[in-house]
Amino acid sequence: MSQQKERSPHGHQGSKGPMGPGMAVAGEKAKDFKGTLRRLLGYLKPSRTSLIIVFFMAILGTLFSIVSPKIMGKATTKLFEGLMNMMNGVPGAGIDFGYIWNILMILVVLYVFSALFMYVQQYVMAGIAQRVVYDLREQINRKLARLPLSYYDRQPHGEMLSRVTNDVDNISTTLQQSLSQLITSVITIIGIIIMMLTISPLLTLITLVTLPLSIIATKNIAGRSQKHFKNQQDSLGELNAHVEEMYTGHQIVKAFGREEKSLQKFDEVNDRLYDAGWRAQFMSGMIMPLMSFVSNIGYVLVCVVGGVLVTNRTIQIGDIQAFIQYTRQFSQPLAQAANIANLIQSTIASAERVFEVLDEEEERPDSDKVKQLASPRGAIVFDHVQFGYKPDALLMTDMNVQVQPGQTVAIVGPTGAGKTTLINLLMRFYELNGGQITIDGVPIHEMKRAELRSLFGMVLQDTWLFNGTIRDNIAYGRVGASEDEIIRAAKAAHADHFIRTLPEGYDTVLNEEASNISQGQKQLLTIARAILADPKILILDEATSSVDTRTEVHIQKAMSTLMNGRTSFVIAHRLSTIRDADLILVMNKGSVIEQGTHEQLLERDGFYAGLYNSQFADEGQAV
Amino acid sequence: MMKLIRFLKAYRLPTAIVLALVFIQTLSELYLPTLMADIVDTGIVTGDVNYIWKMGGLMLLIAAGGMLCAIGASYWSSKVAVGFGKDLRANVFQHVENFSLQEFDKVGTSSLITRTTNDINQVQQVLVMILRIMVMAPIMCIGGIIMAVSKDGPLTMVLAVGLPVLALVIFFIARKGIPLFKAMQVKLDKLNLVVREGLTGIRVVRAFNRVEHEQKRFEEASRDLTDTGIKVNRIMALLMPVMMLVMNLTTIAIIAFGSLRIESGSMQVGDLMAFIQYAMQIMFSLVMLSLVFVLIPRASASAARINEVLDMKPELKDAEQPKSVDTGKKGYLEFDQVTFRYPGAEEAALSDISFQARPGEVTAIIGGTGSGKSTLMNLIPRFYDVSEGAIRLGGVDVRELEQGDLRHKIGLVPQKAVLFSGTVAENIRHGKDEATDEEVRHAAVVAQASDFIESMGEGYETMVSQGGTNLSGGQKQRLSIARALVRRPDVYLFDDSFSALDFKTDAMLRAALKQETKEATLIIIAQRVSTVMDADQIIVLNDGKIASIGTHKELLKSSEVYQEIVASQLTEEEIA
Repeated sequence: MSQQKERSPHGHQGSKGPMGPGMAVAGEKAKDFKGTLRRLLGYLKPSRTSLIIVFFMAILGTLFSIVSPKIMGKATTKLFEGLMNMMNGVPGAGIDFGYIWNILMILVVLYVFSALFMYVQQYVMAGIAQRVVYDLREQINRKLARLPLSYYDRQPHGEMLSRVTNDVDNISTTLQQSLSQLITSVITIIGIIIMMLTISPLLTLITLVTLPLSIIATKNIAGRSQKHFKNQQDSLGELNAHVEEMYTGHQIVKAFGREEKSLQKFDEVNDRLYDAGWRAQFMSGMIMPLMSFVSNIGYVLVCVVGGVLVTNRTIQIGDIQAFIQYTRQFSQPLAQAANIANLIQSTIASAERVFEVLDEEEERPDSDKVKQLASPRGAIVFDHVQFGYKPDALLMTDMNVQVQPGQTVAIVGPTGAGKTTLINLLMRFYELNGGQITIDGVPIHEMKRAELRSLFGMVLQDTWLFNGTIRDNIAYGRVGASEDEIIRAAKAAHADHFIRTLPEGYDTVLNEEASNISQGQKQLLTIARAILADPKILILDEATSSVDTRTEVHIQKAMSTLMNGRTSFVIAHRLSTIRDADLILVMNKGSVIEQGTHEQLLERDGFYAGLYNSQFADEGQAV
Repeated sequence: MMKLIRFLKAYRLPTAIVLALVFIQTLSELYLPTLMADIVDTGIVTGDVNYIWKMGGLMLLIAAGGMLCAIGASYWSSKVAVGFGKDLRANVFQHVENFSLQEFDKVGTSSLITRTTNDINQVQQVLVMILRIMVMAPIMCIGGIIMAVSKDGPLTMVLAVGLPVLALVIFFIARKGIPLFKAMQVKLDKLNLVVREGLTGIRVVRAFNRVEHEQKRFEEASRDLTDTGIKVNRIMALLMPVMMLVMNLTTIAIIAFGSLRIESGSMQVGDLMAFIQYAMQIMFSLVMLSLVFVLIPRASASAARINEVLDMKPELKDAEQPKSVDTGKKGYLEFDQVTFRYPGAEEAALSDISFQARPGEVTAIIGGTGSGKSTLMNLIPRFYDVSEGAIRLGGVDVRELEQGDLRHKIGLVPQKAVLFSGTVAENIRHGKDEATDEEVRHAAVVAQASDFIESMGEGYETMVSQGGTNLSGGQKQRLSIARALVRRPDVYLFDDSFSALDFKTDAMLRAALKQETKEATLIIIAQRVSTVMDADQIIVLNDGKIASIGTHKELLKSSEVYQEIVASQLTEEEIA
């Protein structure tokens, strides 16, 4: 829950651009388009039958809607003929209403069925798309549980989050809309061309000639506007960054009188954004009029040439009407198909990112012949341990440490000395490069991870709590803990009192950033959680810099309660803890450089002695 | 939304041009079917090919004219909408820059960021849509109806049935669908939350063997999202087919009734064809309109949030006639019976605080969380105004000084070191723009920062990333100290500024500071007793009141609160 910003612009959720329509999205290209596509299609396999239904519905629905204009044209033709005959004074002439009614009834049936098919197709597709996406998410879910911790440390959280949500969402949208649209678009295009050909090849030719025009126009403008869209995106990013920086640092901006400077920068970027913004907007706004002009050219040509053809009696008047409808229907699926091609590109890129996660190397599975500890005592031995985050850059080359049951081990050293590395190794979040760590004589890599970790309790400075009630957060330490046990743990952690002063006591819901309780209170809750878990071995971080001294006293007391009778590793910041420790591990640059008791280390007059003395020096000449 | 319209005022003329151009463009679109009807009714019926060609040419001209108008409209509307966004953004930003911390507290920083960025973009985007579609659709709709009536009045009755049916269909489906879309967003957020918690808490989750539990939470959220997704999409699946059906049935009805009209000789075939096209244009404009109505609620929520910011008036103002400090009392700071209450709070955060701090002296403030230490410090640079009493710097009430002038005399080192993107040197120079390289380096040396700065790739020219994420907490703190030092202010404020430093650096830093700040007034908030032990006076705060003032030795004897604090930190021998 240390992530604070809800709407940080991670990943590509803004692929449509926060402004303006998502035209011509610069496609992020997939590395292996075919392979990824095939793999993605594999997810559709279980819904094969439904897909076939969708396919047929799409074909039928589209066909019906394509045939209709031509049939409707027949009605108009009949009407016109009757009228012409009446005008020409043909005896007994009139409009053949029987014929027209028949045609109209056929049309009603066609349209109703077409709509029905379209609906069924969309309806079934909704199930398929969501199902696939659900499966995909479930796979990711299971995968996340098996990924080694090194993966999480390597990957920025925002990036991961974006893969699980945005990318999957992207796939879902495409499956839902684009896939069936692609089918209908293609069928529509082909169908319309065929229908037009049956009416008049000449008119068809004229209509098709206008097509390249619109494609050229669109491409040309899209290409030009791309640059402006990119500029707009860049300036917008810069502007957002500036706003975020200035607002979060508002106190400092004020304190050092930087308001003018900040405004200047803002105006400068804002101007650039305006410049790129309106250009991009204008360019993309030009596409519609151009397209509709081209389609109007086609319309006029059909009217004129069609009109001439009718006077020649080459075609019927109703055909013109049908043709006009066809040309109007034609440009839409064409634009759609182009758009979908882009969408599919980005969807495949999304799928590829998701598959990358699914293909990551997993944790080494628990060994087959797992050993169990009947009654763990907490004796820990580091035996010639070698470790490095990268195998070619070892941090520890030969580390040997022995800890007796119940001992307190203080870990000291400057920030970044690798104190968390020790924890990573102890709990087997990372694998060793050599040597072994044993607990009560059993090497940890021969134990079940779950079993190993159940031996440990952890209270870190980075207090992780989740969005839920205080009760649930404490109960996280042990499955099935009773109400009584929870309260007892809270009391032992000196947390009971403050919890009861909250308006809803144990039922108080911690908000997303858990900002409704103080840092010190959070720490007390994590201690209660660890107490409830009742582990054999403890890992504690003493750093309580953001906690006031009185709460600190509470935390201190709670920690000593907790450490009683357990083997404890303490990342120590307090002199008293360090001096009273049974063993001090002095860490620097990723490895243990000295170890021993306080007296032994002072005697050695090494790194530790330096650290210690510097502290006493400050006693003499503090400000 | 309406309130923001005032930002369009500057664009009155371009907006009028857009409206005019769109109007003409729509007219041209509407005129084409009429011309086509003429081709049919006059050209084809009489077989006059020349007439057909002539009309065709006219149609092309009109279509071209329409296109030019549309492009012109796009040009002006882009300038209007993006310009509107720019002005609004600049206004909001400038407004917020004038806020005191009080206003920031009220809205929340992250919310302010969203309002200045996303919300404004949202509004701008909708404005583009409005200018493009919402202007065009009604003109198209009304114009189409007028044209249709002109072709054949009685036949318009078909539309009188078709249009309301279409509107109802859109309305009902949207009414069912939109709440579900909202629900889906909520569920997506929930899934996001679960994933994010799983990622940030991965160590804890695994340490407590709760992987399965987390998986179940994920699965639940995922299933919930899936179910809603299916529901939404199944409802929306209705929209297109039903809409098309209504339109198509309307067309059929037009032909059916139209043929009767033609039979009776009150209508021509060409007119019927034109009529069908008008009906389509009218119905499509209705569909487009409905699209805008989906967008507007979203934008108006954004607009409301923006307005809320713009309507907030900064509460701190400069005095009408600012005074300047008495040079004889430079650096002399006095709290005179100061009481401070956060707005809306029942209890005062600080009450009846009086003390004096003189140049060359160190005043330390110590006390528990919530005792009001940081609040006290925030009052000095006037981030907040006192509720009662007065704070005087150099003998003048801080409220009578110009804010910039006041803060110029203060060097603040906040609890959380905030750095800005830029080079190390630039960051230090934020304290004093015109500082020479020599001054910058000196400040860094005193702040114990020169070693690590010089060890970085490009020394003082190394880039600090936004939020200083490429530096450790201790390094950031030291840079933030250097920034205050380079200012050479009359008063230094250190708000628990040594917490991220190790003992060794802490000691060296304080020794160096002592030399550097001989003539200045120092106010230090601290947690560690060892930091405050040697101060000239220590103020012990408890629940917003001064529990006692004195030196370390005096307080050890007299102050119970102080004794408690000391006992919690030092062992017996260290106290002595």
